[in-house]
Amino acid sequence: MRKVCVAGVGMTKFGRSQKSSIEMFAEAAMEAIVGSSIKPADIQCLYFGNVYGDLEEGQTVMAPYAAREIGLSAGTPSLRFEGACASASVAIRDAFIAVAGGFYDLVLAGGTERELAMGTPLATRAFEMASEAYYEGYAGITFPGVFAMLARLYSKKYGVPLPKLKERMAMVAVKNHKNGAKNPLAQFRNEITVEEVLDGPMIAEPLQLLDCCPFTDGAAAIVITTEEKAKKMVKKPVYIRGVGQGSGAPLYRQKDFTLIESRVAAAKTAYAMAGIEPKDVDVVEIHDCFTIAEIVASECLGLFDFGTASEAVEKGETRIGGRIPINPSGGLKSKGHPIGATGAAQSYEIVKQLRGEFVERGTQVEGAKIGLTDTLGGDSATLVNIIYGIKG
Amino acid sequence: MYKLTYKQYFNALKEGKLLGLKCNDCGSYTAPPKLCCDKCGSISIEVVSLSGKGVIKTFTVIRVSPEGYEAPYIVAMAELEEGPWLMGNLINVDPDKAKMDNIIGKKVTVSAKVLPKMNYTPDEGVTPAFIITE
Repeated sequence: MRKVCVAGVGMTKFGRSQKSSIEMFAEAAMEAIVGSSIKPADIQCLYFGNVYGDLEEGQTVMAPYAAREIGLSAGTPSLRFEGACASASVAIRDAFIAVAGGFYDLVLAGGTERELAMGTPLATRAFEMASEAYYEGYAGITFPGVFAMLARLYSKKYGVPLPKLKERMAMVAVKNHKNGAKNPLAQFRNEITVEEVLDGPMIAEPLQLLDCCPFTDGAAAIVITTEEKAKKMVKKPVYIRGVGQGSGAPLYRQKDFTLIESRVAAAKTAYAMAGIEPKDVDVVEIHDCFTIAEIVASECLGLFDFGTASEAVEKGETRIGGRIPINPSGGLKSKGHPIGATGAAQSYEIVKQLRGEFVERGTQVEGAKIGLTDTLGGDSATLVNIIYGIKG
Repeated sequence: MYKLTYKQYFNALKEGKLLGLKCNDCGSYTAPPKLCCDKCGSISIEVVSLSGKGVIKTFTVIRVSPEGYEAPYIVAMAELEEGPWLMGNLINVDPDKAKMDNIIGKKVTVSAKVLPKMNYTPDEGVTPAFIITE
């Protein structure tokens, strides 16, 4: 297996966009291509994440149009990856495999999504499609509902009283907004308080509005290549050290989903490939679609013992400057969550963290050498973990 | 190959019969149905009637609903006596009075709620409807 690096990265401003999904992707992609000191025609394959293009814009088969929009040739394959909210991370992992295995030397991976075009009722229905349709969907379950049930399972299992847990969940949102406020690409750049979270409208009890990430438009892309080429293309190539992906069963079969088996398995694979342990990770972008999701994910990734992560949040261990900073970008909560693009946006953040580019912004994790992305698709069906490092 | 499809499971549930699969190799129960035993993967499985009794493990009150559903309503997960968990609606508790203490751990029986065909569903649907019995 060859060593694989990320060269250039690109990302649009997240939020409400008047651009099409393809236009957003093209801008992110071109930023990544220009940042790699290459031409579009050098790209040998496009790995493209998108989930609801049909419902959002009446557009399927978006990958080839995106490829031609940015000047890839008629002979360049383009593949659409759909792993719900983890789509771009699935694309990045497959792009890594193609380069590591020697089939391609230079590929573009990323994704795009224009969720706000749907409006809340259709978007809520669309996201529900990423739950199991026959044995969960007819109960009228929603994504906030899934994580609301998770919060209650967690409270009961670990004996953290719900009011205490909710306060700590609110601290996750407060932390991520504080980071996102410094991120010019984030959807929400306002700081919030625990009181504001706890005073917000109820979405799915016990989750309130500010426990939930927003619907978002946006795109992100990264150029993936060999170590040899990357060293010629950019000053600071970032290595992809390990990748892992898991497949989860519907929730009723997972039963107690405070321990998400597909995430534990994906992380184990990625850590083993990278030859590291959770304690070696310096910075993490976690799939905080809901506040409780960040807490549970950080335990499944081995960053905290099971049942202890909410207390760690309260102690400030996940802040920038804490023991293990989580979501310096603002996370899905503040930065936004265009599901086809989210995994690539997480990678964008980690690559720039490892290059030390966020000092001016005030969100640089000092001395970060190893970073981890964690992306969850569906209500824990697709799990992808990718480990990045400044050394191969 | 399938011993019990979603359609057969739904049709029985509508008539108040909760069906599942019992594995001839490992003895565990699988519900809702799938092609093979959920525990060991064996295809030597048979259709059995389940007791329809369980306890609530977790729940939420949906306040913002998707198209086709009217909030508020309770979505809950119950663990059946035979082991499997089901997701469904808790129908005999006022959503405004649903708290952890009066719901989690309570005994329920399983009945059924039928939903009409909606946008993006292939036909009518059936979801378990839990009724607290204590």
